Amino acid sequence: MTSPPPPNAVEMKDIVIRFPGVLANDHVNLTLKHGEIHALLGENGAGKSTLMSALAGLYKPTSGIMRVHGEIVDFNSPKDAIAKGIGMVYQHFMLVPTQTVTENILLGLNEPRFFMDLPKYDQKIRDLQDQFGLRVDPTMKIWQLSVGEQQRVEILKTLYRGADVLIMDEPTAVLAPQEIDDLMETMRSMTKQGKSIIFISHKLNEVTAVADRLTVLRKGVATAEGMDIEGLTGEKLAELMVGRKVIFRVEKKEQEPGDIVLDLKDISAQNNKGVQALNKLSLKVREGEILGIAGVAGNGQSELAEVITGMRACEGTILINGEDVANQEPSAAIARGVAHIPEDRTGVGSAPNMTITENTIMKNYRDTPIGNKWSINFTEARNHARSLKEAYDILAPNVRTMARKLSGGNLQKVILAREITTDPKLMVAMQPTRGLDVGAIESIQRLLLAQREEGTAILLISEELEELLTLSDRIAVLHEGKVMGIVDTENADVKEIGLMMTGTQRSEG
Amino acid sequence: MNLPYTVIFEKRTEDYPKWLPALTSLASVVIAFIISGIVLKFIGGDPIRVLKFFFNATFGSWAVFSDTMVKATPLILVGLACAVAFKMKLWNIGAEGQFYMGAFFSSLVVLVPMVNLETTPKFIVIALMVIMGMIGGAIWGFIPGFLKAKYQVNEIIITLMLNYVALYWNNFWIFDKWSDAGFQMTPQFEKVAWLPRLSDLAKEYRAFSGITLHLGVVFGIVAAIIIWWILERSHWGYEIKLIGDNPKAARYAGLNITKNLVLVMMLSGALAGLAGMSEISGVVHRLQERISPGYGFTGIIVAWLAKLNPFAVIIVSILFGALIIAGRQIQPSGIANLLQGIILFMVISSDVLLRYKIRIIRVEQEA
Ligand SMILES: Nc1ncnc2c1ncn2[C@@H]1O[C@H](COP(=O)(O)OP(=O)(O)OP(=O)(O)O)[C@@H](O)[C@H]1O
Ligand SMILES: [Mg+2]
Repeated sequence: MTSPPPPNAVEMKDIVIRFPGVLANDHVNLTLKHGEIHALLGENGAGKSTLMSALAGLYKPTSGIMRVHGEIVDFNSPKDAIAKGIGMVYQHFMLVPTQTVTENILLGLNEPRFFMDLPKYDQKIRDLQDQFGLRVDPTMKIWQLSVGEQQRVEILKTLYRGADVLIMDEPTAVLAPQEIDDLMETMRSMTKQGKSIIFISHKLNEVTAVADRLTVLRKGVATAEGMDIEGLTGEKLAELMVGRKVIFRVEKKEQEPGDIVLDLKDISAQNNKGVQALNKLSLKVREGEILGIAGVAGNGQSELAEVITGMRACEGTILINGEDVANQEPSAAIARGVAHIPEDRTGVGSAPNMTITENTIMKNYRDTPIGNKWSINFTEARNHARSLKEAYDILAPNVRTMARKLSGGNLQKVILAREITTDPKLMVAMQPTRGLDVGAIESIQRLLLAQREEGTAILLISEELEELLTLSDRIAVLHEGKVMGIVDTENADVKEIGLMMTGTQRSEG
Repeated sequence: MNLPYTVIFEKRTEDYPKWLPALTSLASVVIAFIISGIVLKFIGGDPIRVLKFFFNATFGSWAVFSDTMVKATPLILVGLACAVAFKMKLWNIGAEGQFYMGAFFSSLVVLVPMVNLETTPKFIVIALMVIMGMIGGAIWGFIPGFLKAKYQVNEIIITLMLNYVALYWNNFWIFDKWSDAGFQMTPQFEKVAWLPRLSDLAKEYRAFSGITLHLGVVFGIVAAIIIWWILERSHWGYEIKLIGDNPKAARYAGLNITKNLVLVMMLSGALAGLAGMSEISGVVHRLQERISPGYGFTGIIVAWLAKLNPFAVIIVSILFGALIIAGRQIQPSGIANLLQGIILFMVISSDVLLRYKIRIIRVEQEA
């Protein structure tokens, strides 16, 4: 006799989730089979995070039915969801920086009650790590960990609580390519051991590499429900997501760069832990030129962006159109026309409890027509915000919507819109297309190229080599805070760039 | 027994309507009165009579209403002081000390004296006292602001400690230097240093005789309008809110956080200092011990209940002014304190309604 097949891990039927002015999910069905990796795709604001938040007990669906392991569930809080074995890894980590990995994993649990026998629990967590291949030292403090390691802690946290359904909301957006491979290995090992996974991503190659089936959302409606990955092409996927064909090509015009705008000489700086992050680095960026910065994450990219924009102290000189702005406040850089797309859009780039309007005027609230001598003309400010919302296709009920209610990609667009409209001389863009869907990536790339044509000098820091190759005029490779070499994109050799990224100095010639 | 209905709390996914906070605050005041009434009944009192008495004693006639407003005046200014600082998430709990320093500095005008009190016109003396009072409070706000900006010292601890420093500083002068025949107070100020009162006009308008309402209430209302304008319309208010919401984003946007920190603490202190000035020049007419029955601390509650809205600060202050007046007249006076406590408790718990929806649903009878 054969045993009956295990019931589906999750069944979501006819889920409707409505926010004021937004129908985030419109009768969506999603079935997660036992032991599968199910990809969830869709444009920015399509309703992916919302759907998953309902499964994780964060929101209550307006209507619809959810079953977990065949049993109808009705969650009132994330706690209820965890009790049924559902764990979610949010894009924004929720860890206490000053505590150790083990302490963070135990946080909020009933056991241990009074007595913390940490070494015992360290061992328990090591066992769990061995089981799934999630390497991170349990005795380390969170602030000492890289973003990739912190994510592993979040995954361990859900596993420790007994989750057998894992939801991962854009886990790869914060990872370096090598870390992405490791994560996929972990995911495979988890499903082999009976876990089921829902995986949100914007990248076709990741989805085809790891997922079994996929569901696609478009404006809250499912355009594919549990489709087989087999034979999926980029064009087909784009059509499901956007509803039309997307041309994956942006044209870069030939143009001669002008005068030097940014001139970095012998820049050295430390990172947050007091370790040297930039080491006597020198670079030049000219008008109408995009200089790409390639490198494995954590080799000084963040610090480089912060030093130029005045957010971090350094040694050396930073000339912007000939004026030294090193070690001044961010206002000095802003006054000289430096725009900055920061890496951390929720922590640095926006104010969560302020409206879209208030977030878009952050850099120009003093300039006419929005700013009068002492006051802000909020009618003008709203008009400004409305025009940006229109031009950048920002999905939100209106400009009074608070930033924290925007989907990840739409918040990114707010930041981009604000920075580009300051009409900058120099743009420091850190991962500008992270978390965006294919359509949005394309339009942002076009916008960056348009800026280039207007004569803006652009420093583009990205972990996506492909993006660097499409947009940059030249690519500088960073390794341990040093420039390993600069290549012209036209005759760039990907292999050579790869070697430099691992620390080989470029041989001239 | 299975009830056919069940009540569930649902987390709000949408914004609550704009009027809801006002409604819940109002409802909690009403409910607080009802609960106090039940308590009164329980201990053998007559709630209706007490309630009538409460209204008669606080809003019953122009004279008592004026008393209520006199008590509300310092609360308005101190409440505004706290609201401004709290908007930037600066926890200034030193309004009490700033109040005392404002009182002290404005007294200097009379006690030093800084001008010839015989010849100087009243409005100049008063204006000078206003300025000195605000300077005194601002200095007391500057110290914690500067320490926080420069050395990251926690403002809660410093402002709390400075309250005591201000109290004893005042005591030193009134006991040791300016004592009136050994009493813990200075001699009464010359009339020229008194804020004008409505009763000053009794000769022309009979109705005003005995009405003690003084110009300080105008300071309070004007201050509320100015603070509203600063917070809601000005560059500075935008900066204050941005820093309060996300200091990292504020720094990224090029704001000078250090400068704003010090300035907002000074503004907050200046408002509390003005309250101190208004109290000694409008009510006490001398510097003495215990000019404040804890206005600085009540101001924290006022700001909080008003949800940091300057106009709501006025309304909440009037309510609290009424409670103070009633507390003096209703015996035992604990009743007013009881009411105050219950109101606070109700308003804070009514916040739940802003974050959750309550739904009553029919339980499906299982077949
Ligand atoms: N708490 C909320 N209140 C109001 N609207 C919300 C709220 N949360 C999300 N929304 C809206 O619901 C829609 C779907 O958002 P969601 O975050 O699910 O998108 P997403 O598919 O995850 O997009 P992205 O790829 O950009 O992260 C968006 O229009 C968003 O503005
Ligand atoms: Mg999302």
